Amino acid sequence: MNLSNELVLARFEQEFPGVVKASETGIDGILSVEIDREQVADVLRKMRDDSVLQFNFLSSLNGMHFPQHEGRELGVVYHLHNWVNNFRLRVKIFFPIANPHVPTLTGVWPTANWMERQEYDFFGIVFDGHPDLRRILNVDDLDVFPMRKEYKLEDGTRTDKDDRFFGRDGHEGRSFD
Amino acid sequence: MSQVQSYFSQLDSIDGELATLNLGPTHPATHGIFQNVLKMDGEKIVSAEPTIGYIHRAFEKLAERRPFNQITPITDRLNYCSSPINNMGWHMTVEKLAGIDVPKRAQYMRIIVMELARIADHLVCNAVIGVDTGALTGFTYMFQERERIYDMFEEVCGARLTTNIGRIGGMERDFTPGFHAKLKDFLKTFPVNFQEFANLLERNRIFMDRVINAGPISAEMAMNYGFTGPNLRAAGVDYDVRVMSPYSSYDDFDFIIPVGQNGDTYDRFMVRQEEIRQSLKIINDAYANLPEGDYHADVPDYYLPPKDEVYTKMEALIYHFKVVMGEVPIPKGEVYHAVEGGNGELGYYLVSDGGRTPYRLHFRRPCFIYYQAYPEMIKGAMLSDAILTMSSMNVIAGELDA
Amino acid sequence: MATTAEMPEGYAGEGFFATSLSKAVGLARANSLWPLPFATSCCGIEFMATMGSNYDLARFGMERLSFSPRQSDLLMVMGTISKKMGPVLKQVYTQMAEPKWVIAVGACASSGGIFDTYSVLQGIDKVIPVDVYVPGCPPRPEQLIDGIMKIQELVKNEPLRRRYSPEYQHLLEKYQIS
Repeated sequence: MNLSNELVLARFEQEFPGVVKASETGIDGILSVEIDREQVADVLRKMRDDSVLQFNFLSSLNGMHFPQHEGRELGVVYHLHNWVNNFRLRVKIFFPIANPHVPTLTGVWPTANWMERQEYDFFGIVFDGHPDLRRILNVDDLDVFPMRKEYKLEDGTRTDKDDRFFGRDGHEGRSFD
Repeated sequence: MSQVQSYFSQLDSIDGELATLNLGPTHPATHGIFQNVLKMDGEKIVSAEPTIGYIHRAFEKLAERRPFNQITPITDRLNYCSSPINNMGWHMTVEKLAGIDVPKRAQYMRIIVMELARIADHLVCNAVIGVDTGALTGFTYMFQERERIYDMFEEVCGARLTTNIGRIGGMERDFTPGFHAKLKDFLKTFPVNFQEFANLLERNRIFMDRVINAGPISAEMAMNYGFTGPNLRAAGVDYDVRVMSPYSSYDDFDFIIPVGQNGDTYDRFMVRQEEIRQSLKIINDAYANLPEGDYHADVPDYYLPPKDEVYTKMEALIYHFKVVMGEVPIPKGEVYHAVEGGNGELGYYLVSDGGRTPYRLHFRRPCFIYYQAYPEMIKGAMLSDAILTMSSMNVIAGELDA
Repeated sequence: MATTAEMPEGYAGEGFFATSLSKAVGLARANSLWPLPFATSCCGIEFMATMGSNYDLARFGMERLSFSPRQSDLLMVMGTISKKMGPVLKQVYTQMAEPKWVIAVGACASSGGIFDTYSVLQGIDKVIPVDVYVPGCPPRPEQLIDGIMKIQELVKNEPLRRRYSPEYQHLLEKYQIS
């Protein structure tokens, strides 16, 4: 059976009623659903094992930071792919920056291990139950989470480049709603 | 019992301690800088702990600072052995978000360039597998072929390795007569030279004994670990983004997806060999059927206008200024686009807030994802097989760390 | 075009040639440098192309690449060095025996290149002294060979006691290399 966005949403209503908080279709035709962060590991496991949904592959997961959304500053986006029907899906969760805990997916897909470590390294999202949550790409003793919007790209201590000549003043004000 | 006998009986009762071997980050055989701390029982590896990030250049943060057409040079440096594929993937992502339709001729030109890059990438990987087993001749031969591919890239974009090829909306210039001549020559002579390399290694008894059963992985474990690309196809799963989610007119072409059986080094080597031949077939087909038409879409917002118009017309000057200064906003939205890179599914997740730079750009880097499985693949193997496994997985440090 | 190398100044006679020791040693060293290719990223691939048969670095005497710092003369740093890698680079440099030369290949090794970020070392001369910088991203093989030829000039003309001179000791102290 060929899956489509409507069929998938209907299956969600049938199998996991009330789990989908919001949904939209992106310009690339991929459906995005938003769910609660507590249920993400269970729901994604059921999506993998469900006979209709069959999302057998986790393409990627990445973190997001929206500093202007109160109470929903951090987010994680999971990209799932169903190889049987060639159907992609995005699952999003949002949570406050004061409590950045998310259940880990390493029990569902081992590939999530390093992906989650990378998002911990970049955003400080703590994945509960992760076997080895530590920094992966940055130096181990870095005490900030560099991908968060408040941190500058450049190293502030460098002496050979003068920011005035690059037209940078460190303020990249933007809004996204 | 004599003194010697008692000495030897004492040795038997000594519990062996595992030896710790630090492989990297600078090591001749690890192609790229990443570290593995191996715990070894004699020659056999018991466990491995990888450390990466020695070339972390903060691409994702850098992308939030740069306008859309200035991100292409960064994507070059992901898998730098096949930069055109990364460049085209990025351009297609932006085109998806901005709703730009690229003309057919430009799509076919892109396919030719991308498949040349794929051949170049697989040539490096296979030549290096040869070097790691001691067969250095293949390396010199195949790097000469890479020089000819570099010549062709230079005709298109001016650079050899980190190409920044193509533009948002198409290609930067039509194929020059020099490119046509070089491509025709390449298509005639490369199969012959490549067959020489294949004859050296493919059915070579010494090579086969060396690489068969080195670092095997099962299809199920490969899928669970997020493998894509030649490594997954060597394990037996025929997943190819060009067939599953075709982009840039790949569905016009007919090509085989080679798969292996055991997922060991020999299968990875042979899958790449066959993919080179299939890429050659695609290039032949695309070149023979290259349609007439424009080599870029008519999108003055994103694509530089012709120079004579810039010097004479006002709107062209304004567009030129805006494109070069990076003041062109991309519509708000999010898009995920994946291309078949040299190592697998290279995905771009772009979130734009309507500004001149992305709000968030995430690269789904295949090397990063499948390198996690490396400790599993070398458990119980000997050290030299571990080196072979690493080089046959084609781990490119730029894509690993980004 | 002359294809023979220039003879150093000296006094020639029947069956002998006398020149200063530093010239003879310099000539020998310059034409048989053993490089350590510290290839980290894209510049490393261009180096591999330079070692290949089209641009052939071996004709400059660099046939034998040494991956062990203990056995090499020339440290060729090719590619981006991140802050995580800086101590490793310094350790490799310290392990090399005198006389040693360093060539920074590529924009990333010279000054950080296009990666003006928090995680990239803005040039390897922040951690080790550099003799020749080769710009480019990546430099063409011809540029790399030009850089190597400049290193050869430096090696040929180096005074024998340079490594013991106070200026050199001061340079090493600046980088806190004992």
